[in-house]
Amino acid sequence: MTTDKRHIISILVENEFGSLSRIAGLFSARGYNIHCLSVAPTSDDSISRMTLVTYCNEAKASQLMKQLYKLVDVINVKDLTDETHIEREMLLLKVKSTLKQRDELKRLTDIFRARIIDVTDTTYTIELTGPSEKILAFIDSLGKIKIIEQVRSGALGISRGSESLEIKK
Amino acid sequence: MKLSGSEIIIESLKKEGVEYIFGYPGGAVLHIYDALFAAEKIKHVLVRHEQGATHAADGYARACNKPGVVLVTSGPGITNCVTGIATAHMDSIPMIVISGQVSRQYVGSDAFQEADATGITRPICKHNFLINDRESIAETFRKAFIISTTGRPGPVIIDIPKDLTDPKVKINFEYKKNIKIRSYNIKKSESDEKIKEAAKLICSAKKPMIYAGGGVILGKASNNLVKLTKHLNFPITNTLMGLGAYPSSDKQFLGMLGMHGTYEANMAMHDCDVLLAIGARFDDRVTGDTNQFCPKAKIIHIDIDPSSISKIIEVDHSLIGDTKQILKKLLDHTKHFKKDINKDALSKWWRKINSWQKKKCLSYKKSTKVIKPQSVIETLHKITKGKSFVTSDVGQHQMWVAQYYKFDKPNRWINSGGLGTMGFGLPAAIGAQLAYPREQVLCVTGEASILMCIQELSTCLQYGLPIKIITLNNRYMGMVRQWQEFFYEGRYAMSYMDAIPNFAQLAESFGHIGMVIDKPKDLEKDLTHALSLKNRLVFVDVITDETENVYPMIMSGKGHHEMHLAPSANEDIELA
Repeated sequence: MTTDKRHIISILVENEFGSLSRIAGLFSARGYNIHCLSVAPTSDDSISRMTLVTYCNEAKASQLMKQLYKLVDVINVKDLTDETHIEREMLLLKVKSTLKQRDELKRLTDIFRARIIDVTDTTYTIELTGPSEKILAFIDSLGKIKIIEQVRSGALGISRGSESLEIKK
Repeated sequence: MKLSGSEIIIESLKKEGVEYIFGYPGGAVLHIYDALFAAEKIKHVLVRHEQGATHAADGYARACNKPGVVLVTSGPGITNCVTGIATAHMDSIPMIVISGQVSRQYVGSDAFQEADATGITRPICKHNFLINDRESIAETFRKAFIISTTGRPGPVIIDIPKDLTDPKVKINFEYKKNIKIRSYNIKKSESDEKIKEAAKLICSAKKPMIYAGGGVILGKASNNLVKLTKHLNFPITNTLMGLGAYPSSDKQFLGMLGMHGTYEANMAMHDCDVLLAIGARFDDRVTGDTNQFCPKAKIIHIDIDPSSISKIIEVDHSLIGDTKQILKKLLDHTKHFKKDINKDALSKWWRKINSWQKKKCLSYKKSTKVIKPQSVIETLHKITKGKSFVTSDVGQHQMWVAQYYKFDKPNRWINSGGLGTMGFGLPAAIGAQLAYPREQVLCVTGEASILMCIQELSTCLQYGLPIKIITLNNRYMGMVRQWQEFFYEGRYAMSYMDAIPNFAQLAESFGHIGMVIDKPKDLEKDLTHALSLKNRLVFVDVITDETENVYPMIMSGKGHHEMHLAPSANEDIELA
């Protein structure tokens, strides 16, 4: 048995009724986990693109790719993990911000190149974009600052260079 | 041509060459039934329960390799189909299920007889559709037939809201046969280079083995399989689903493999050095312990479904595409490498196999007091000369048919292999008999299984189907009892069938002929008589030995070489 590894998978799927649940259903039916999933339409309205992160061993990953490809609604699938690719995730974070904490929060936001996008007399709302590790590092760095609400988009991925996920199946 | 949604459905089915619809009317499909009433070319078979409709369509498809069509109403109509759809899905059987849905304005409102048909069936079908507008009905039907019948076949469900079938609203109808489904593409052929490599590997074998499954039958590749096997003079085994793909009476055939497979087939699997797997999916009932599966073999796998490759067992070489074509090309290529076959090694291998065959693993203790279930199947085979279509339910009787009714042709053996659905046999026999009205169709069943879809006896009367039902009545859920004997120290928890009906009288009350056979000396005479009654359904209740077990048996977690043989089997044979 090989060990579990993080896989980031891109899927082009017909933007049709039930497509998302077909894919989500495949994961539960075959005992895979979905760590995170994001989905939105592409420039072609009839196609949605999903990015999905799961943890599994090599044999399972290869089987998963085949099973995804087998779904009638799926146009194309790619495991981005082993090729050079770019990943980004967005974090929206609402934190408690007392007068004493404001300087520290501003400094941290600057270090991580995050932005404060909403302010009240007791809270800051911060936006941060970056690879998942950066998001986690930022959250860690907050230390004792109280997080009121945390929203993450899940990872998005795209190949580097001229490579692209083709529509042709 | 301007047609209503209902008429478009009927016309689409006609364009697809559908001859039978198995169905049951209800509120949401009444418009469609009204259009069907006027249709001449399509015959509707009214079942007595929607599960029966799916199994009948399934049996029809398995017998004649054409998709079975089902028409049911919304809510309970479609939920009753779930078992039948899953049964077809597990065995890759082409089927189209049309289910009515409540009108669009009520969808999602918990309306009367509303169920989320596409949601419920999503994990148990190849694909499903919920039609949203009248204009897409014809195209959706064409897509459904393409998806259901091409590649690895499977059931497709079309859910259609009632308002779209309104007879008063008519639109233009055009049925385009050539539709491209962007997201659906089947790899049909494999590269010559890969086939050549496989041929080379096959011919390098000293102890070859061919393992062929249901994919050969679904791919109509039996002839090519026989040609290749004969050409190579290699031993061959069939899976439960593949029985008949290669003639059982041929001397190269080692019988079925797996949990209740023959000694020779399983031993040859364990010892072979090159395994050619064709249209088979390495099911757990076939492999036993996967860590001990064919430990010495290089494995070549031919399959139309890429996801079957290395799913359970990592294979060394794969050929993906149409089985029939690949086998033909493989035969051509092996002709070039045939000179490389080590003839001495092959004859030595055959001598080894022959020594395993001497075990006579399917022998059983004969009796003059009680009817042995195995002897019932052997007698049926003798009377019908092995030419009948045989459907079965699930359990001991199913295994005995697989072991003792030696199928020589594909599509004759109709059983639920993957899902293991009790209640499958009788409705499946309805489908097979309608596909081949002049052929003998037997339904071999058990007294527990038959009760799960017994209501279809009424359908058989309505359509005058002369099916012969042979019940191996041992007063137990036999396979459950067998496992309880082996693994639960004989605690037969709830496996005894108390209060069994008088089946002969039951059949009579349905308008059929009922018979009981309870003495070994009457078996052949009475069965011959029952099978000779043309144009009538005969229900033969055969009272069999209640303690008989299915052997050989590989206990779960064991390898092919660790079979248990029947206590009566010949243990003393010297092995070469």
